[in-house]
Amino acid sequence: MQTKNSKSALFPYVIWIALFVIAPIALIIYYSLQDLEGKFTLGNYAAFFSTVYLKMTLSSFWYAFLITFFTLLVSYPVAYLLTKTKHKHLWLMLIIIPSWINLLLKTYAFIGIFGLYGPVNAMIEVFGFDPQQILFTDFSFVFVSVYIFIPFMIIPIFNSLDKLNPTLVYAARDLGASSFTTFRRVIFPLTIDGVKSGIQVTFIPALSLFMITRLIAGNRVITLGTAIEQQFLVSQNWGMGSTIAVFLIFIMVLIMLFTGKKSKGGRV
Amino acid sequence: MEKLSPASKIYLVLVFAILYAPILYLIFYSFNSAGNMNEFESFTLEHYAAVFGDSRLIIILINTILVALLSGLLATVIGTFGAIGIVSVKNAKMRSVLLSFNNVLIVSPDVIIGASFLILFTFIGIKLGFTSVLISHIAFSVPIVVLMVLPKLLEMNTSLIDAARDLGATKRDVLMRVILPYISPGIFAGFFMALTYSLDDFAVTFFVTGNGFSTLSVEIYSMARTGITLTINAISGLIFVITVLVVIGYYFVNSRSKQAKVGR
Repeated sequence: MQTKNSKSALFPYVIWIALFVIAPIALIIYYSLQDLEGKFTLGNYAAFFSTVYLKMTLSSFWYAFLITFFTLLVSYPVAYLLTKTKHKHLWLMLIIIPSWINLLLKTYAFIGIFGLYGPVNAMIEVFGFDPQQILFTDFSFVFVSVYIFIPFMIIPIFNSLDKLNPTLVYAARDLGASSFTTFRRVIFPLTIDGVKSGIQVTFIPALSLFMITRLIAGNRVITLGTAIEQQFLVSQNWGMGSTIAVFLIFIMVLIMLFTGKKSKGGRV
Repeated sequence: MEKLSPASKIYLVLVFAILYAPILYLIFYSFNSAGNMNEFESFTLEHYAAVFGDSRLIIILINTILVALLSGLLATVIGTFGAIGIVSVKNAKMRSVLLSFNNVLIVSPDVIIGASFLILFTFIGIKLGFTSVLISHIAFSVPIVVLMVLPKLLEMNTSLIDAARDLGATKRDVLMRVILPYISPGIFAGFFMALTYSLDDFAVTFFVTGNGFSTLSVEIYSMARTGITLTINAISGLIFVITVLVVIGYYFVNSRSKQAKVGR
């Protein structure tokens, strides 16, 4: 391709990278080293390693782990069964449609569903139990988050299952493998890339959710995302908010390295 | 093909039911005259009337669509040229560096994008409001467009360009008549994705929007925080219908263009 002309096409793009990729990260790091008066300090980092923040980080991880685990548990069988249906792409489309409805609307729906007079409690009463406080519990938070992430987990797993060569499965069966062994030794390892990208698109956002915690968990659950939002928009302590953000970025990079595909970059 | 067992059918049906239940639940109660989501009193359209009668809400809706369209267009232009530029970089290392930068905003959590853009705008001195929201939406849409256009460029046969140049086409002609038409499906897909991302975004907008400017997501958030109002239900009913229409339209356009390709 003619190099000179195409290189100039790169110009606005490189400016975009400098302004909106590099500068924001640099600014976050810069602000993380400032106290409330704008003086240089390492105090934010010291504060981050205090028990309060470490506990919060740990609980944020725990919730993200639970959310990812249950999302995977629900999604893998769905993706698997979808590949076995007729018109599988149409069915996949039907799975994707709910993910296009604004996240806040779906979260808001659960305020009604889980509410004291909502349908879930009505069902509980039918079975003769007292209505339960479901909203503002860990359960409701994890449930709604799993609900939100299911489509995003199904898509990559569906794609890798769809690419799986069925003759490999037949071969395993012919060689006497039980269906469980076939799954464990053949199907799952061959679709691990899809699972990994599914985990990637679930775990990182799960660490940083804040509107679901605010609306459904009623400030009882605090994730890294909630903490950042709190520091930036409520306490106006940008330094501390940036410090938490730096750690979130760090964790994100680690997860990317951990779940990244080996063939990355080689293809393009 | 093996048939699905009854158990797996039940499982699939259950998951589909759960996926759609909250949405249908919202829409069902949007017609409730009682004004809450507990008991269905009688059918009414008053909540829909309330949406259309609320001029503030209409302005917010127009803002949301305006930001989506403008940011989608600008991001598509920058992203398309970015992708063309990336392909022209021959150095493999340089290319992968560019692509890694491209992916940063895609994998970054919204909270981080929002917070860092808030710092950026304050640092540069851009007032929070329409401009900051628009710029942010362009910024996070660009990498999506790049990722949509790039595969089309890579599958393009470079001898097409050589042929055009041999036949005397100028650089401009090559771009306008050969490259752009060839990659147009990628460009459209990128624009469409940018549009949906912009319409859907809450967290980033929440950080960079000032007091006077609001988009639909931000507005829904503040409404939802104060409790249940069936106006939100009516909005979700409208959004659901529009979404389904868009999906159906997209599905038809897609299958038709596939057919056209096969037909050729």
